Amino acid sequence: MSAAQGIGIGERQTLEDPQHDRGSTAPSQPGRRRLTPYLLLLPGMAWLTIFFIVPLVTLLSTSTQTRPDGAEIGVYTQTWRFANYTDTLDEYLTVFGRSFFYALIATVLALAISYPLAYAIAFKSGRWRNLLLVLVVAPFFVSFLLRTIAWKQILADQAWVADALRTVHLLGPDGRIINTAPAVVIGITYNFLPFMILPIYASLERVDPRLMEAAGDLYASALTTLRKVTIPLSLPGVVAGTLLTFIPAAGDYINSALLGNRDTTMVGNVIDSRFLRVVDYPTAAVLSVSLMLSILLLVAIYIRRSGTEELV
Amino acid sequence: MADPETGGRDLRLEHVSKRFGSFVAVDDLSLTIPSGSFFALLGPSGCGKTTTLRMVAGLEEPTDGTILIGDDDVTHARPYKRPVNTVFQSYALFPHLDIFENVAFGLRRRGSKKVTAEVEAALELVELGGMAKRKPAQLSGGQQQRVALARAIVNRPAVLLLDEPLGALDLKLRRQMQIELKRIQIEVGLTFVHVTHDQEEAMTMADTIAVMNSGRIEQMGGPTELYESPTTTFVANFLGQSNLIRATVSGSDGDDLVLEVHGQKVALPSALRNGGESDLHIGVRPEKIQLVPEGAAVEGARRNVLPGGVVSDASFTGVSTQYLVRMPWGQELMVFAQNLGTGGLLRRGTTVDLHWDPAHTFALDGRLDVNAGVDRTEGVASVPVG
Ligand SMILES: Nc1ncnc2c1ncn2[C@@H]1O[C@H](COP(=O)(O)OP(=O)(O)O)[C@@H](O)[C@H]1O
Ligand SMILES: [Mg+2]
Repeated sequence: MSAAQGIGIGERQTLEDPQHDRGSTAPSQPGRRRLTPYLLLLPGMAWLTIFFIVPLVTLLSTSTQTRPDGAEIGVYTQTWRFANYTDTLDEYLTVFGRSFFYALIATVLALAISYPLAYAIAFKSGRWRNLLLVLVVAPFFVSFLLRTIAWKQILADQAWVADALRTVHLLGPDGRIINTAPAVVIGITYNFLPFMILPIYASLERVDPRLMEAAGDLYASALTTLRKVTIPLSLPGVVAGTLLTFIPAAGDYINSALLGNRDTTMVGNVIDSRFLRVVDYPTAAVLSVSLMLSILLLVAIYIRRSGTEELV
Repeated sequence: MADPETGGRDLRLEHVSKRFGSFVAVDDLSLTIPSGSFFALLGPSGCGKTTTLRMVAGLEEPTDGTILIGDDDVTHARPYKRPVNTVFQSYALFPHLDIFENVAFGLRRRGSKKVTAEVEAALELVELGGMAKRKPAQLSGGQQQRVALARAIVNRPAVLLLDEPLGALDLKLRRQMQIELKRIQIEVGLTFVHVTHDQEEAMTMADTIAVMNSGRIEQMGGPTELYESPTTTFVANFLGQSNLIRATVSGSDGDDLVLEVHGQKVALPSALRNGGESDLHIGVRPEKIQLVPEGAAVEGARRNVLPGGVVSDASFTGVSTQYLVRMPWGQELMVFAQNLGTGGLLRRGTTVDLHWDPAHTFALDGRLDVNAGVDRTEGVASVPVG
């Protein structure tokens, strides 16, 4: 808000200058000055139009197309068939529900792991802080796909994790982790962890330790200080982290494809197969548009509820 | 308004030390602060004032020593278990809470039943009645300062610690808040421990002042006592200004010691000698000295006289004129002459005699550093004359 005001003031000054001080000497000057900001915006606008608006319009238009009788596979014409939406959603409602459910669980898990970790890095790590931050980011140096394949190995039936769980009877004799829903959720949680840790760390690091001292001085125990001061002040990071985790997690398909089974299919997997394998563009488009809108809706509700509009 | 529960509990520090590595920030500090008093801890920046307060608040652990509130040993108690609240130098208001909730914070933690009434009373006390719903960022520095005060006072602590609470305010507001703070302290009757490096602030507000230097207490006493009879050159120079002149004891005359000061005989009531043997510094405050043209007579029974000074500078400040007088032995002494409207200004170059009442002399150990506690670029707005 203050930045916007700053710009406003700056503009007013540059506009008033020529009128009052220079008067009629350079009539073309104010005009060119007004244009400059728009010229500067041009590359960005062009980029947005080509890579965002055009694909979006194409997607929306594809979603109401149908395949004419007897046409070749992959040929669709625009018939404005909005029933595509009801048909498709009818069929894939459970897949939608599952995607959001997995994404939600993974987000909650990631938050539960990330907050203490970010807190420790921000306040308790001393001279190890930079090393720990590098370690948080280190997985990015390996491809997403490779890391998920590694989890395939870790969670495999013969690997020590499953073995150990079977030994302590947390897993039946024929029980497995790989190709189950938990495996998918574990994979998603792991893959998006840095997106959760980094924003939380960034906002914790900005919390003035003197405020925590003040809370202690005002009879708040360490736990109460965390609850009443530290967490509220780091909320922007929590909101950013949960969004950065939840949004891509809801659309993810690699974890389900590599770590799941037929019953853990997520929306991303359906879109992938409809677009690339079945070549059913309208259904894929309907799913994409619906996914996008429902995420937008959920995010809007979430941001409203967490009362941090000014941060986004 | 004084709370009987917290009344009657003195704060005692016994041989408290704090070391950071090999650096001694607070060195074997012992003091007793009586309940209900306004106590000032005065000293230059870096002398260990904040560290002392933080040890009382529990934010820093003493390396040695004991801290007692009443009869409770709180040396190692967690901060939130102590009947102590702090007004922080940076205020440390919670930015996510409004003013009401900031002030209510301590009450809520202790499960008070009358939060609303008490918060409103506290805000009324600091004259911020209408601000309850604002956020700290929407207040001016002076208002934030008051909120910080209300937030601490509302808990009726046995000891209220104030760490340079007025340091961030401009001069005018600071003077105003000094009076306010004093009024509030009298009204609530709590023990205030006020840390400051501003000697004027300490003098106007405190009942008792402890002057701190390099982690130690140099002298402790009432403002008048510290000003009129400092016991060290540091205190003499740090509180106000002093003329310190070398002297040697040459004999005695009844209740007086006879001193020799650069060839002149000067009388010093024996009781006013604070330590030292035959080598002394005698001190006279600039406003206690009367300047007269060479050889002129001065009324009054007993006077000490140092003749042969030459006015080297005179600055008229309105209330008074500040003179610098160069003495025959080369030292420059400072003299403040009150503007009584009688007698004219003494021009630069005039030869003068310096007179003062022996009772206005203090004497310190001659081995102390004459320049200890001299800082300080504290200029007074003035017009040069002569
Ligand atoms: N946490 C710390 N670590 C090391 N030195 C410190 C620490 N806190 C304070 N000090 C040192 O102790 C001395 C006293 O500091 P402080 O109590 O803040 O002084 P004051 O409040 O009188 O200005 C200073 O020299 C400061 O550098
Ligand atoms: Mg300090």
